[in-house]
Amino acid sequence: MPFSDADLQAIWLTLKLAATVTALLLIFGTPIAWWLAYSRSHWRRVVHAVVALPLILPPSVLGFYLLLALGPKGPIGALTQGLGLGTLPFTFAGLVVASLLYSLPFVVQPIHNALLTLGPRPAEAAATLHAGPWDTFWHVILPLARPGFLTAAVLGFAHTVGEFGVVLMIGGNIPGVTQVISVQIYQHVEALDYTRAHALSLTMIVFSFVVLLALYSLNRTTDAPTRMGER
Amino acid sequence: MSNALLPLKINAHLERPGFRLQARLELPPRGVTVFFGPSGSGKTTLLRVIAGLERWPEVEVSIHGEAWQTPDYFRPVHQRSLGFVFQEASLFAHLTARQNLVFALRRAHTGPALCDWQQVVTLLGLEDLLDRRPDQLSGGERQRVAIARALLVNPRILLMDEPLASLDEARKQEILPYLERLKQAVDRPILYVSHSPTEVARLADHLVFLDNGQIKASGPIEPLLSDLNLPIRLGEDAGAVLPGQITGRDAQWHLAHISLQGASLWVKDQGADVGTAVRLRILARDVSLALTPADDSSILNILEATVQGWKVDAHPALTLVQLQLGAHSILTRVSTQSASRLGLTVGQRVWAQIKSVAIL
Repeated sequence: MPFSDADLQAIWLTLKLAATVTALLLIFGTPIAWWLAYSRSHWRRVVHAVVALPLILPPSVLGFYLLLALGPKGPIGALTQGLGLGTLPFTFAGLVVASLLYSLPFVVQPIHNALLTLGPRPAEAAATLHAGPWDTFWHVILPLARPGFLTAAVLGFAHTVGEFGVVLMIGGNIPGVTQVISVQIYQHVEALDYTRAHALSLTMIVFSFVVLLALYSLNRTTDAPTRMGER
Repeated sequence: MSNALLPLKINAHLERPGFRLQARLELPPRGVTVFFGPSGSGKTTLLRVIAGLERWPEVEVSIHGEAWQTPDYFRPVHQRSLGFVFQEASLFAHLTARQNLVFALRRAHTGPALCDWQQVVTLLGLEDLLDRRPDQLSGGERQRVAIARALLVNPRILLMDEPLASLDEARKQEILPYLERLKQAVDRPILYVSHSPTEVARLADHLVFLDNGQIKASGPIEPLLSDLNLPIRLGEDAGAVLPGQITGRDAQWHLAHISLQGASLWVKDQGADVGTAVRLRILARDVSLALTPADDSSILNILEATVQGWKVDAHPALTLVQLQLGAHSILTRVSTQSASRLGLTVGQRVWAQIKSVAIL
């Protein structure tokens, strides 16, 4: 058995975290991407830059400020304490919040790009066909931009699985609560337990490869309908 | 529907850098109204404003007495009973032609049905296209499906934004007959944007002429096109468009007899049935004047007419003369010298020698 119980726990925790974060990001990221693609507001560029920030920030910077903000003396920490929720750092919820921010651009960007490629015409055509905004989203935008949403989900999931710096800052290394795969690997290496480190690391490599392969295969088969059919 | 015949009212004032559109229109609640003008004249913008696809504050739109936009009310596009055909077909690429049509049918507006599925499919000749995806259709076929889709949503008004502009000449000729059939079959007003003289001559009942964001003229096509004072040239020359009917044929000489109101003429028989309604186009340059009926002329159609007025043309050597022909007006262009020599007076009886008549 190449995995210890702690390893299995870390794998399960990682999958749970990534699934939660991906689901939440699709829900919150879609309206952001929509607004970025179709709004004419001057704030569009500012919001776009803020959303993209985690792409280039060192995870430790993000983690550090999140730790302060979510901590007992931070503004968000004060709020969560006021609501009787305690503080978020070193909890699973804290990890979710941190991962939401960290993986946000990986979900928003593909959806944003897909919507930009579609342009306003499909939504306009749907509106002239008596279709309300929700109807249009589910029956026109979502199927037409499906590769974008698929890419967003996969990247959001994979990126959350792979995060390390933010987890370490905000979650620490509590088995069953915040001890995810990447932290567990780090721990094995520190303990010179290379066998276990290999097992987890190779699993990650295979997982990432399979995910990307599946994504590219799926997007290929759905490629044609993403275009509007005409120039 | 008691208010079905109230006119369409549009007031719009738009201003953005480099563009200004000012329109105050009252349009008939039936027939085809063509917004005609050069590109950049604001005709597409005006159509999109009517549809609600562009939202501007100083706009009022009332369709059959139903307010779609007032200074403090804006009805969202999806709640307006309209059908819209875009310049390039906007079919949903993830759906087949049939599914595109079903999309509209499922969301059809309530009220008396404009036409049913079978009628639409037949009208636009879609029988063999239904199971194809948009990328398996030609440009013209896509546009026919798009028009069918707009009909199936059962709109109270149909808006078409240069539906032929993105097609080549052959495809245009392929679709125009469908549009003419559509016009006969559909009992709803159609607003049609075009910069094509052919489309205007063949389809328009009412014409709105836009230039540089201003309405230069608006009215029924017949008097508008034979008005001496309007700068509307459909294509290369001024000319009248007249509605008529085929009332007979001469088998020996292969001619068809066409009756207008209070006049009639002969044209080349192109095989249309007796009783068919046709549109004639008579260009000003194809008509000449004589004070007596020539019986030694090769010209087939020499008709008695009355001088209604004249005006020196853009070049002073030429004069445009308006003639009354039965209940219709036509234009003729003669040299100013000839006009003077003939001593034209208003009300004078003359003979119009019509060299060429086009059946549209």
